[in-house]
Amino acid sequence: MFQYNEEILKGQLLELIKQASTDLPPDVVAAIEAARENEDEGSAAKNVFGMILKNIDVARAGGVPICQDTGTNIYQVHIPVGVSMNKLKQLIETVTAEAVEKSILRPNAVDSITGKNTGNNVGEHQPFIHFEEWDENAIEFKLMLKGGGCENVSTQYKLPDTGLGAGRDMEGVYKVIVDAVNAAQGLGCAPGILGIGIGGDRMTSHLTAKTQLFRKLPDINPNAELANMEKRLYADLNELGVGPMGFGGKTTILGVKIGTAHRLPASFFVSIAYMCWAYRRKSMHLNASGEVQYD
Amino acid sequence: MINLQLPISEKAIRELKIGDEVAITGTMVTARDAAHKYIHDNWPDWLHPILNNSMIYHCGPVVKKHADGHWSFVAAGPTTSIREEPYEAAVMEHYKVRAVIGKGGMGEKTLAGLAKSGGVYLHAIGGLAAVLAQCVVKVPNVYMLEELGVPEAFWQIEVKDFPAVVTMDSHGGSLHKAIKAKSDVVAKRLIFG
Repeated sequence: MFQYNEEILKGQLLELIKQASTDLPPDVVAAIEAARENEDEGSAAKNVFGMILKNIDVARAGGVPICQDTGTNIYQVHIPVGVSMNKLKQLIETVTAEAVEKSILRPNAVDSITGKNTGNNVGEHQPFIHFEEWDENAIEFKLMLKGGGCENVSTQYKLPDTGLGAGRDMEGVYKVIVDAVNAAQGLGCAPGILGIGIGGDRMTSHLTAKTQLFRKLPDINPNAELANMEKRLYADLNELGVGPMGFGGKTTILGVKIGTAHRLPASFFVSIAYMCWAYRRKSMHLNASGEVQYD
Repeated sequence: MINLQLPISEKAIRELKIGDEVAITGTMVTARDAAHKYIHDNWPDWLHPILNNSMIYHCGPVVKKHADGHWSFVAAGPTTSIREEPYEAAVMEHYKVRAVIGKGGMGEKTLAGLAKSGGVYLHAIGGLAAVLAQCVVKVPNVYMLEELGVPEAFWQIEVKDFPAVVTMDSHGGSLHKAIKAKSDVVAKRLIFG
């Protein structure tokens, strides 16, 4: 039976939140550095990327949030058989409130009827925690902080779409994604990273899209057709010229990650989870000896 | 780089053009969704001295309260401005607000309002929260914190060399419209061939 020390795990989870909020993953920083190199000397786009890179350094050095919108806190937790999900949920909620006290997270849970902020970032579905059992004798916590600006430009299409001439096939999928990114312009804090969900029902389609954002930027989709589509969209979307913050430039998108879910014969959804450049995700692996690794 | 000192005159604001890079110094106030709705429902007089010839910053900060009771800004980038489109032109005209600072730009109603009442839209870099918080040198006051919560309260702040770009001006210019017009052409080609 897997066992852990509650007090120690609380400290480890706080560190996970802190790293997620204050230290952008190396693959994302590398993509932003490459984007900066690619922009024209003296352009607004190059200047914006320079400021973004400075902000990443200041946040990491000072242990302060990269972005004030510390977002929806999305957890994907893998547990071995026998570990209580309720207990882990309580621990995560406790540590979330502590992170607000320490100004690592913003109180981001607002009652949808009264408008009252709970003050500690804990509320219905905040944080959002998805548990899955696995065979490994360890617990893995994956955490993503997804801000409201990019969530507001995330969207879902239903194929066929007559206006776009998008049918129920991969060309149709391509067309609605181009439409979504063009509509988003700089509003989701471009350059964005796209998590795409093809198929499913409305809920699992969005879930599939969001889950793609746990993949690292350099990884290649194991499905050859999806890998080609990711490559094609990445190249074509960067022709839009939206640029960082919508100021114009060569970089509109930093990556495209596509996943699929089986659909009903009647439904063909395409979901687009737009992630801002402040692509905050971190994972923590806790083994049976109590050792943790952050990635 | 153009230095803007607050309070600022309508004349100085009307001289700005899209693409101008500015650095703002002086006292301004944050207001976002709930604050704009509150203003539009109540038109409170107490806001006049705070907003007159000043600027509104669309921002919901991460803050820190110190042992002696004073506040500081820890992370404070802009939030998306378009959500204030129904209110902003009227708010700017009523209180003589000379600029709003946010991200993503605003629509036709605000653009027309900027020309009418003499204002500009200043674009800060989204997600630049750590750097922009360093530009907030003092937090003299906070209004309606209890009612609206930390992200939505009116935070009066003193800023120094706060960087932004004019993306909508008082002459009808909008960088957002220009970029969108170009990307529409590309999107149309990609979608329809």
